[in-house]
Amino acid sequence: MAKTKQPLPAWADIILIPLINLFIAFAVSSIIIYLIGENPFEAFKVMIEGAFGTSEGIGYTLYYATNFIFTGLAVAIAFHAMLFNIGGEGQAYIGGLGVAVALLALDGILPFWALFPIAIIAGMLFGAAWAAIPAYLQAYRGSHIVITTIMFNFIAANLMVYLLVNIFIVPGSMTPESRVFTENAQLPFMHEMLGWIGIQISESPLNLSFIVALVVSILFWIYVWHTRWGYATRAVGFSESAAEYAGIDPKKIIMVTMLISGGLAGLAGLNEVMGVQHKLMLDFVAGYGFTGIAVALMGRNHPVGIILSSILFGALFQGGAELAFEMPAISKEMVFVIQGLIILFSGALAYMSKPWLERFFSLFVGDNSSEMEVA
Amino acid sequence: MEFALTDILSILAATIRVSTPLIFAAMAGIFSERSGIVDISLEGKLLAGAFAAASVAAVTGSPWLGLLAAIVVNMLLSLIHGFASITHNGDQVVSGVAINIIVSGLTVVLGMAWFHRAGQTPTLPSDARFMPIHLPGTEALSHIPILGDIYTKLISGHNLLVYVAFLSVAVTWWVLFKTRFGLRLRAVGENPNAVDTAGISVAFLRYRAVLIAGILTGIGGTYISIAQNASFIRDMSAGQGYIALAAMIFGKWKPLPAMFACFLFGFLDALAMRLQGVSLPYVGEIPVQFIQASPYILTVILLAGFVGRAVAPKADGVPYVKER
Amino acid sequence: MKDASSPTPPMAIDLRGISKSFGTVQANKDIYFSVPQGTIHGIVGENGAGKSTLMSILYGFYEADSGEIYIDGKLTRIRNSTDAIAAGIGMVHQHFMLVENFTVLENIILGAESGAMLSRSIADATTEAERLEEEFGLHVDLHARIDEIPVGQQQRVETIKALYRGARILILDEPTGVLTPQEADQLFDILRSLRDKGVTVIIITHKLREIMDLTDNVSVMRQGQIVANVKTSETSKEELAELMVGRKIRMDLDKTAADPKETLIEIKHLGLIDEQQIKRLEDITFEVHSGEIVGIAGVSGNGQSELLEILSGMRPCSKGEAHINGLTITPSQHSNPGEVRHASIAHVPEDRLKRGLIPRFSAGESAILGYHNNPEYNGAILSKAEAIKKHCLHLMDAFDVRPNHPALKSANFSGGNQQKLILAREMDPDPKVLLVGQPTRGVDIGAIEFIHKQIIAMRDRGSAVLLVSGELDELISLADRIVVMFDGRIVGEVNAAEADERTLGLMMANAHQEDEYKEATHG
Repeated sequence: MAKTKQPLPAWADIILIPLINLFIAFAVSSIIIYLIGENPFEAFKVMIEGAFGTSEGIGYTLYYATNFIFTGLAVAIAFHAMLFNIGGEGQAYIGGLGVAVALLALDGILPFWALFPIAIIAGMLFGAAWAAIPAYLQAYRGSHIVITTIMFNFIAANLMVYLLVNIFIVPGSMTPESRVFTENAQLPFMHEMLGWIGIQISESPLNLSFIVALVVSILFWIYVWHTRWGYATRAVGFSESAAEYAGIDPKKIIMVTMLISGGLAGLAGLNEVMGVQHKLMLDFVAGYGFTGIAVALMGRNHPVGIILSSILFGALFQGGAELAFEMPAISKEMVFVIQGLIILFSGALAYMSKPWLERFFSLFVGDNSSEMEVA
Repeated sequence: MEFALTDILSILAATIRVSTPLIFAAMAGIFSERSGIVDISLEGKLLAGAFAAASVAAVTGSPWLGLLAAIVVNMLLSLIHGFASITHNGDQVVSGVAINIIVSGLTVVLGMAWFHRAGQTPTLPSDARFMPIHLPGTEALSHIPILGDIYTKLISGHNLLVYVAFLSVAVTWWVLFKTRFGLRLRAVGENPNAVDTAGISVAFLRYRAVLIAGILTGIGGTYISIAQNASFIRDMSAGQGYIALAAMIFGKWKPLPAMFACFLFGFLDALAMRLQGVSLPYVGEIPVQFIQASPYILTVILLAGFVGRAVAPKADGVPYVKER
Repeated sequence: MKDASSPTPPMAIDLRGISKSFGTVQANKDIYFSVPQGTIHGIVGENGAGKSTLMSILYGFYEADSGEIYIDGKLTRIRNSTDAIAAGIGMVHQHFMLVENFTVLENIILGAESGAMLSRSIADATTEAERLEEEFGLHVDLHARIDEIPVGQQQRVETIKALYRGARILILDEPTGVLTPQEADQLFDILRSLRDKGVTVIIITHKLREIMDLTDNVSVMRQGQIVANVKTSETSKEELAELMVGRKIRMDLDKTAADPKETLIEIKHLGLIDEQQIKRLEDITFEVHSGEIVGIAGVSGNGQSELLEILSGMRPCSKGEAHINGLTITPSQHSNPGEVRHASIAHVPEDRLKRGLIPRFSAGESAILGYHNNPEYNGAILSKAEAIKKHCLHLMDAFDVRPNHPALKSANFSGGNQQKLILAREMDPDPKVLLVGQPTRGVDIGAIEFIHKQIIAMRDRGSAVLLVSGELDELISLADRIVVMFDGRIVGEVNAAEADERTLGLMMANAHQEDEYKEATHG
């Protein structure tokens, strides 16, 4: 008898494996929490309540998720072309710079409805520009994009310190921050917007850019699966040789895709700079670029998956803050541990469980076929 | 202002101090990547080593136990990296990113749980640290002009691990190029098929390579927390793992050139500290951030192939799948 | 009764009932064969006959599904290369297993070092390698880097490597494929002197001249089986050629005679030198007319793929020119696949999974590969999903692709249905020129007949068809004229109606001209 492995049913591949990976990551996290001397079930209960128990908690969760949707989409579009953009951190940072430059220059001149699209475009342009050099070097000089984007993260960090300390700082101030934008250059908060139509919720940093993130997710879906450019991007990602056969230039695709990726990451700057801080400051990206990697891996590079995993990570970040408050023995950095474990198990070890699952499923398929033979 | 010999010597001495962890991490990177395993978790390993060393030294009072702990912890991290990228053919970059993030969180979490300080370990007394040692003859030689200064201020007066770093470069070179293990290691990073058909296990070789990387980053991390400093502070590796990665590329995956790249990057760092707020003739004040970013800028320029060419081991980052 | 004082020496290799299959493909089927010690044994067969699989089993790359291996009379289990080396088997692979930035010496000692330190290994290996050089004429600069020495010498390094590990049985897989004739002659001298010193040599090749020149015995493989074991002195090239291709039943295709009209493909002195400075094509000149199928025969790797790639715009040429349906390709005037398609030239690539379609795309997406920018599938921004689906269903209907589900992943179709989808895609626009590579490789019988009929119908509608195939019977039954390629050159052309497999086989091995040459010089 031939020992042929049964391919997994599609639903197992799309839903079951990610859930198993997530489960393993949380199981390992629970062990760590237990070793610290706290009850992991209690801890997760605190986190879930913190993230979803109040309208303020939900607001924070979705505010974090906004950043993760942008950086997750950025990583995902690059993955579709088989590129690993590890530079979302720097691109988001520089994207925020673009937003701030536009707003600082124009907030005294233009009204909100004009500043809003300008800020979006500026953030995307600056983010794209920061991805352009690594993209060019990958496409035309064969320099590995992982290394160059890492380097660009650090160059961005130093550049921002320089700019804030020397250029944007308010004269006479000791903190390296720009001046606060005028009110017409601030995105309305969600609690304000809902307030206009008579719905009262607690204050939170959740703002209009969450809506932008949802719209961009739809555009992402359209671009990747419903345009000829997305077709070409996926063709290059799946099979460069077939793409060449089809007359698609992989170099051009690398450039275009990385520019889009950088632009998407740049939008995280919109949320932070125009939506929450209302000024340019240091380190507002705070690791969101790296979280984007986890989000894209877990969300299987699909906007629906990315939105769901962004909300999961948003809940982790918000719940983690709550956790640190409720259980002083656990600091809020526990969420980084969980995040790293998720990257490990749903990224590098994504198919660890596959052989077992295949064996498990072939048991059933074997049963079915023998039944069919009998019948 | 004028630079006297003592100024130059103190910058160079600072260069050596700053370069030491870079050297350990760069040598670790060379072992790993020469075997074909990309390791961007050098950063996380330095941090994990620093935390383990500081914690154990704080509890036991022994720097040696601290060093041992750092090595053991980092070998475990290497095993995780190996399990993902060698056994399961997972993406090596993803695995490295995961380790970096886990470590940056876990060091704070554990620090909080064990020492009840936000991401810090207790300040260590000097007998729980690696302290500067004075080489024999410092007294006698200190009176000789110039040479005496060089000996006492530059060569002597570092802690033990600094000298171990220099030693590690020699040992790395010797192992890679003078031993059977090194020959096989270099071969497996270039053409694993050749190694496999020669009847040698590709996986076992690569596991040993990443374990050595664990040992070296363990020493590097120990240096950061209990030799260079007196306690662990959160995220104290501060990108040094990535700079080491850049130095390794800059040194074209060779021990000696990589060490000089570490010195170059360390020197830039030392210079940046020194030049803060200093206006130089002709050029004026060089922004310190520019100097700090220069290792990364230089590496990108090198990678772009405009100055020389940095060619990685051929099988670097490619999982070895035997079925053909 | 056996005479204990002078036993006949056991066979160096004795394979009994070796079978191996990959999925549904039976690569080796119940193989029995044996090789006496100190002889040179040839294995011939067409591509895909199972020669390399058999040798890979002997060297431990694969384990056989069933059967036994006896080495020097002892039952031996070979699970990996280590076992093979221990049993005294060495292999020179078709793609060398050398570390390119290592020196010759370093490559020799890799895995066979004398101790933990390299210095001793190097000293030992130097002595031994010099001895081997002396004894067998394996001259090579021991301190040169592999990437600095020519291919012929790299191969010698592989041989030295095997002997250094104490190999008494040496397997060479297509050793002359990368060599010049002079280098090949030198190799044969070396192999003869190895045999004279008691080494058993097995050589896999498809070149009959080499078999006749070199071997003591020869085994012929066809479709995974050994069809003959003969003494070389008792056979002839003609007989071997016949055994290799077999007497295949020609399919009845109801083909009318060709009615060639205007020239649609005109190739003049086309040449190609690749990135490694190796000559891939030289002085290719021929024409294909409207209403005609021209077949290209040749053992794979003799330039057919490169020719197709140039004509389809996927790579530039380095000499000569080609005119295809109004499109000109010269070394200075490159084309690209998009331009080629636009000039009503369709291309069915040789490798359907690497180029012809994208396994992870849906069938609908694969059905527009290369035509994905066409206005009928695209609005200003959005692609027209409905139109694509309709088009795919139309193709599936026209070429009987099953199942007819455009949303199904391309990878989930059988090979024959994938191929039919690609052919449908390329033939649907009714191109003036059709370039087809290996149209029926790995395709089931029913689909083959269908595909052949479609290609002939294309011809009868007035297209020019250039067909590259490794299947001789396919070429003979489908083509009107057959051009034979060898080593990047055209070595002959025959009218398909007059062609038979034996003469084509000889031409493909470039044996026919030598016969003529010998007759001319000796006669």
